[in-house]
Amino acid sequence: MFGTDLILYEEDERRLTAVLSRLCEESKSRAAFLVDKSGQLLASAGETASLDTTSLASLTAGNIAATGGLAQLLGQKEFSVLFHEGEKDNLHISVVAQRGILVVLFDRRTSLGLVRLRVKRAAEDIGQAFTEMAVRSAQEAGKGQAAFRAQIAQITDEDIEDLFKS
Amino acid sequence: MSFINYAAREINCKLVYYGPGLCGKTTNLQYIYSKVEPSTRGKLISLATETDRTLFFDFLPLELGTIRGFKTRFHLYTVPGQVFYDASRKLILRGADGVIFVADSQIERMESNIDSLENLEANLAQQALQLETIPLVLQYNKRDLPNVVSVEELQSGLNFRSVPWFEACAPKGIGVFETLKALAKQVLIELKKKS
Repeated sequence: MFGTDLILYEEDERRLTAVLSRLCEESKSRAAFLVDKSGQLLASAGETASLDTTSLASLTAGNIAATGGLAQLLGQKEFSVLFHEGEKDNLHISVVAQRGILVVLFDRRTSLGLVRLRVKRAAEDIGQAFTEMAVRSAQEAGKGQAAFRAQIAQITDEDIEDLFKS
Repeated sequence: MSFINYAAREINCKLVYYGPGLCGKTTNLQYIYSKVEPSTRGKLISLATETDRTLFFDFLPLELGTIRGFKTRFHLYTVPGQVFYDASRKLILRGADGVIFVADSQIERMESNIDSLENLEANLAQQALQLETIPLVLQYNKRDLPNVVSVEELQSGLNFRSVPWFEACAPKGIGVFETLKALAKQVLIELKKKS
């Protein structure tokens, strides 16, 4: 999974979504998202239908990147947790397993303490999932990439031109 | 760094518009946003100052269609062009799959173009990327203005790799989609090569 490109297989997505669902349930949060540091949304759970998850992922990554820049200026490795308090909803953002960003949206039905506690456990699960995905990805690189290569190798200039016709 | 999501059957790529302050990076995104079908784009997010200068980045997610069963989604970002926002520029290059360098064609901005290109090279290096190899397209913007340098001068000053280049007038849309298309193509070809 963690070569130069990021490849997320269906079973990885299911596993990560299950971790996020449990986190939402146990922390009584509205929604949880897992975002890559470059701003790609990897998985989400909870009340996500009304949210612009693409923008959320991009802004979260920007936020973490800016905070990381601040940390470096101050001689810190990183600031691993951010908390944004709103009138109704709050955001808890944390760096997990170095390259993931875990975002939890919660309201008055729960507390920051409970969210922090549950995030800690979810972060461990996500870290473990990332590690196993990386190992498996290395083992199955040939197989997965061969399938993808077969599909991507068929891309022609015409296919690309067609993308811009409308 | 492309993100291939087998679960959603999506290829996601990050394209970055780079260039000196006021060269028209944000205008490129605004034009694209105004012309594509609303169903194929997300929100245009601009983190700008009160005077509409880019403070951190602009962001526009764009879905171009399906290739061989995979949805192709491009995340377009601009960097803040002003010299003193260098720390932010570095961050936005993280995970970039390709760069569109927007040059300001006006005579008095030629030095800024060269400075910005050198800055791009240095900042790419910090992300373990190389100006010599990353998918790159040049856009010579503001060709409609009276005081512009010749294309030959722009070519000799900026296009040392002989990458595709386009003359543009971003507010009118001239050259905007051509530039984006050329980079998207390079990025997809690169993805094909790597896989």
